[in-house]
Amino acid sequence: MKPMLKYLLPLAIFMVLVGFFAVGLKLDPREVPSPLVDKPAPAFRLPVLNEAGKTFAPEDMRGKVWLLNVWASWCGACREEHPLLMEMSRSGAVPLVGLDYKDTDAEGTGVLSQAGNPYQVVVTDADGRVGIDYGVYGVPETYVIDKAGVIRYKQIGPITEESMRTKIMPLVKGLQ
Amino acid sequence: MIPELGHFALILALLLSAVQAGFSLTGAARANPVWMSAGLSAARGQFVFTGIAFLCLGYAFYANDFSVLYVASNSNSALPLQYRLAAIWGGHEGSMLLWTTTLALWTVAVTVFSRHLPEVFRARLLGTMGLISIGFLAFILFSSNPFDRLIPAALDGRDLNPLLQDAGMVYHPPVLYMGYVGFSVAFGFAIAALLGGELTPEWARWTRTWTTVAWMFLTVGIAFGSKWAYYELGWGGWWFWDAVENASFMPWLVGTALIHSLAVTEKRDAFKLWTVLLAIFAFSLSLLGTFLVRSGVLTSVHAFATDPRRGLFILVFLGLVVGGALTLFAFRAPRVGLGGKFGMVSRESFLLTNNVILIAAAGAVMLGTLYPLFLDALGMGKISVGPPYFDTVFVPVMMPAIFLMGLAIFARWKNADLPALAIRLKWAFAVSVVTALLLPLVMGKWTPLVALGLLMALWIITTALISLSDRLKKRETGWLRSIIGLPSAYQGMIVAHLGVAVFIVGVTMVKGYEVEQDMRMSPGDTVQVGGYDFKFDGISELPGPNYTAALGHFSVTRNGKPVAEMKPEKRMYTVQTMPMTEAAISPGLFHDLYLSLGEPVSDKAWAVRIYIKPFVQWIWFGCLMMAAGGLLALLDPRYRRRNKAQEGDAA
Repeated sequence: MKPMLKYLLPLAIFMVLVGFFAVGLKLDPREVPSPLVDKPAPAFRLPVLNEAGKTFAPEDMRGKVWLLNVWASWCGACREEHPLLMEMSRSGAVPLVGLDYKDTDAEGTGVLSQAGNPYQVVVTDADGRVGIDYGVYGVPETYVIDKAGVIRYKQIGPITEESMRTKIMPLVKGLQ
Repeated sequence: MIPELGHFALILALLLSAVQAGFSLTGAARANPVWMSAGLSAARGQFVFTGIAFLCLGYAFYANDFSVLYVASNSNSALPLQYRLAAIWGGHEGSMLLWTTTLALWTVAVTVFSRHLPEVFRARLLGTMGLISIGFLAFILFSSNPFDRLIPAALDGRDLNPLLQDAGMVYHPPVLYMGYVGFSVAFGFAIAALLGGELTPEWARWTRTWTTVAWMFLTVGIAFGSKWAYYELGWGGWWFWDAVENASFMPWLVGTALIHSLAVTEKRDAFKLWTVLLAIFAFSLSLLGTFLVRSGVLTSVHAFATDPRRGLFILVFLGLVVGGALTLFAFRAPRVGLGGKFGMVSRESFLLTNNVILIAAAGAVMLGTLYPLFLDALGMGKISVGPPYFDTVFVPVMMPAIFLMGLAIFARWKNADLPALAIRLKWAFAVSVVTALLLPLVMGKWTPLVALGLLMALWIITTALISLSDRLKKRETGWLRSIIGLPSAYQGMIVAHLGVAVFIVGVTMVKGYEVEQDMRMSPGDTVQVGGYDFKFDGISELPGPNYTAALGHFSVTRNGKPVAEMKPEKRMYTVQTMPMTEAAISPGLFHDLYLSLGEPVSDKAWAVRIYIKPFVQWIWFGCLMMAAGGLLALLDPRYRRRNKAQEGDAA
């Protein structure tokens, strides 16, 4: 008995749906790509924490692959990734620059002296202006910036052991 | 030891479900009564062992056995007992176990209450349900075993997500699953009918009972969930068009269509293929919902535990079950035939149109829910679809359905007379329109949406009342006795339809006249919102079993007379260090006072949110009326008499 075509229609529609679901399984809906990825890192010149008169700008890192880590003393999740940052800093695999976001110098310094300072340089963005340029909407966030000063990857939320092993470090090695 | 027993019981349940499916289906194919009865016994055994596994997991939670990984991840020794037991379904593994246990419960109900079914038919039904059981039990055993050990054992558990520590967690999931999974019976009926190649009015009557019961559970389950969100999330929303809510709402829409379509198939032997297809759809959407919730392909507030690998398993299973059913449909549909004929204007045509509208509504919800996934899969970027889409699409789609709801109860089967209908209902229509236009003026603010909402509600009410009075005219006893004397199927229809009206009133009034105020209050401050004076008396500490709370004290007065004492809480759960807002609600027939604490803004002052929510309770009361309508319809002697009669004679 040959089925009539119209009776196959529900099946056909369903198969298309299943196809979409199969593709969908490989995607992470929570992963929101930053529009800044593959664009030059926005320029800024900010004071360095606890070093009066000294400033830092992304150009200073030209020719190096580096990480820009947005953190704050008031951010609980930053404590979570802190040990990983310390480890990264000890291994010397990649220079870390901290951006102390919407924070007071005293409290920022307090955290670093208590838990350790993994950063080569820490700049202060007390009013959050630079954060706006970088599209920071949650702290912590981490940017991988290449030798030409282009943002190659953005980690939203704390760095985890897995994201460090599978994404950040391979990318940094490749760029270096 | 107990967890190992549970694990072992699950393995036995899987084997028995294989026996249930294999013996029932081959027994039916060969008309071998011994095999078929073996399948039936296996189905009951499957229920017993799934139940044992469920109880074993419950015991592990009761006894704080933190050597079981799942218990350690979802419970804590400080968690009160009722939440420890509710934590059985607080995570992925346990939710799946609840799913399977519910399916086993429905299966055993079928074995008990289906003596009147022809043996071969019942075997096919149980065989189909057995196949579904195999899938879920295998899924649990191979990828989501709740009995996995944690060695060494944890000292204490990580606690249940504080959002879930609520009475709602105790009853919402089981009731919802009873509805969700209950559509598997209708699905089994559809498959059995396709396998047998014939679809009779008796088939529709049997299926209708089971479908209505599942639909009632689903209705109440969704209402519970909505109510829970209302008081738990702290801003008094009652529906968010979240992917997971939609996943339960789509089967509800299709299930509603199915109930009505079954009525036509039963009474008029029409819409046969359509009915079968709806029965397949309703359960397919339940499975789809499970896939969406468990795989994490969509973002959702309900996505507490997701894992793409598990998603793949469910997707393959979904493909096999639904793909198989639709293939069977494609081959067998021509044999089943279309059934009785009906005129362009008739109760059948109205019901069919309403059916199509309900399916279109379900389709619109599905499109909105899956659209982000489609775009992402096609590499066209990330978007999210929210309430603005659903509100604009859903309401206009449902409006003609509401209009037809009023017409359909008057239309005669087979052929109705449109001019006669118009004459009979002109007063109902006129009264609805005039009241809908004027009532918002009395309320103080006229908006087209409020008038429209009221028009729909009033139309349902006036047509229902006219229909009722028509029926009562022919009676000779007092009107109350006459109402009680009406056939309960008719009573059920009226109650359920009035439930829709009550629901619409609730939605319309809340959307139209809600008052909301955010402010900063220090102890001693008084604010006036919607004619009520809210005085902030201060904050006190309240230690809970596994949290500490700041308890706000507010006294509410109206024109100096005390109305309510409201005590909202801001809790800090100690294990997960998660803050939770417990709103204080003073419910009322015509409005709720809703007060929730925000954050402390200084030493003494707090951010406070106050809402006046008019008619909001009507939303859930309407849902309960719809479910009560289903219950009344089930009590109709038509079903009970025929069920007892062991064999179905034609209607």
